[in-house]
Amino acid sequence: MKWSRRHVLDTDDWSREEIEAVLETTGAMVEILQRPVRRAPPLRGKTVILFFAEASTRTRVSFELAAKALSADVTNITASGSSVEKGETLYDTVRTLQALGGDIVVMRHASSGAPYFVAERTDAAVINAGDGWHAHPTQGLLDAYTLRGALGDLGGKRIVIVGDVVHSRVARSDINTLAPLGATITLSGPPTLMPTAWRRGALPPCVTYEPDLDNALEGADGVIALRLQKERQETGLLPSLREYSHVWGLTEARVARMRPNAPVMHPGPMNEGVEIESSVAHGPRSLVEKQVTNGVAVRMALLYLLVGTPSLEAG
Amino acid sequence: MAQARAILLGADDVRRAISRIAHEIVERDHDLSAIAIVGIRSRGDVLAARLRDAIHQHENAAVPLGSLDITLYRDDLTRIGYAPVVHESALDFSVDDRVVVLVDDVLFTGRTIRAAMDALVDYGRPRAIRLAVLVDRGHRELPIRADFVGKNVPTKPTDDVRVHLVEVDGRDEVELIAKAAVTV
Repeated sequence: MKWSRRHVLDTDDWSREEIEAVLETTGAMVEILQRPVRRAPPLRGKTVILFFAEASTRTRVSFELAAKALSADVTNITASGSSVEKGETLYDTVRTLQALGGDIVVMRHASSGAPYFVAERTDAAVINAGDGWHAHPTQGLLDAYTLRGALGDLGGKRIVIVGDVVHSRVARSDINTLAPLGATITLSGPPTLMPTAWRRGALPPCVTYEPDLDNALEGADGVIALRLQKERQETGLLPSLREYSHVWGLTEARVARMRPNAPVMHPGPMNEGVEIESSVAHGPRSLVEKQVTNGVAVRMALLYLLVGTPSLEAG
Repeated sequence: MAQARAILLGADDVRRAISRIAHEIVERDHDLSAIAIVGIRSRGDVLAARLRDAIHQHENAAVPLGSLDITLYRDDLTRIGYAPVVHESALDFSVDDRVVVLVDDVLFTGRTIRAAMDALVDYGRPRAIRLAVLVDRGHRELPIRADFVGKNVPTKPTDDVRVHLVEVDGRDEVELIAKAAVTV
């Protein structure tokens, strides 16, 4: 398959072939990360600008390591300490990015859709590293790669996603990536934290909603716990963190309802003791650290695939 | 466009060439424990496996076998307009202080071999790198030569040399496809 996308904004319109191409390329990148010299040259002479207008450590570091492993030059623009803090608009920032001449812009933004705004106004390839409640495509791809490593072919496998689905770009991107690979998804979590239409049964194909977590986990092939943003409690969507933890927290007893060795994943950072018990987070089923390692390889794969897009061609 | 097709090597020729190269590799570096065979994907890795088997047969010695994908080391990545598929390399032994015999099907411009050498040194510091090819068709663009050659073939730059191997293509054969210039 010839890769033809200029940007990675959302995986909701990707074909299975495109997802497979990324996962296959990721395998080659994992191998590079195991070599004595963890570096290959395909992005030599290219500049990757990391524009993070919302707090992030692991995703930013992951992209930085990925870009460096492919020999790119990397520049950071963060919201705090930059002119964004002084009131610069996104449009002005885009003009600056354009003038700086980056080849690939990796961006995170609190507003859903911001990466589309940037992609339309710059010559650079744009990778969405998370925009508002909308999408986090690299997380979906790295979760798919990690689940495949643990379960093999995802055809017919049932994965539970539990937590604050309505505010979660991770949940949306996981669904977009896992469903085309043949997996079915069971959502669980408080009804107040489900999209209204989904709660009422108008769900995408391959997705179901089961409010009772114990039932959802019964015989499942894997579970992804979402991070509970603690500020949700203040908005009245949750009675208390203790209650959330009691009803929807992943405990050892609960994960034991899944198939033997069914993996537990979390996009991080984890609130241990809230959505996941420490002994589960660091237990034998946990793939949380594997997700972090695979994240670098998936991002390398995307950076590599985008380097061939016409906007990056020399001349 | 008219095409002329000629068979350069048949199945027996391919078999004999591999057998001879296996002998030459051993003859040149007597210390078999230091030798490793590394094939360049795709087809070089198939030939590498056959060379390893031939050395095992002749000398009753097992030499490590690896494969390299050189896509990320190509010098034309940003010129071809799309990202070619990258496959996994497999080198599960240390190349430090080994004599690594790189294996490819056709030696042409030398750019693939340059890329393969760059990839190889990212795995360590071999004592020496040697090059074995089934066909050397000339027209080098870099100062690179093969140590072991199945057959030297004079070609035109526009010719196409295609290597078919049983493992990939169902038959052993090397053919030359000459493209005659279009008459106006």
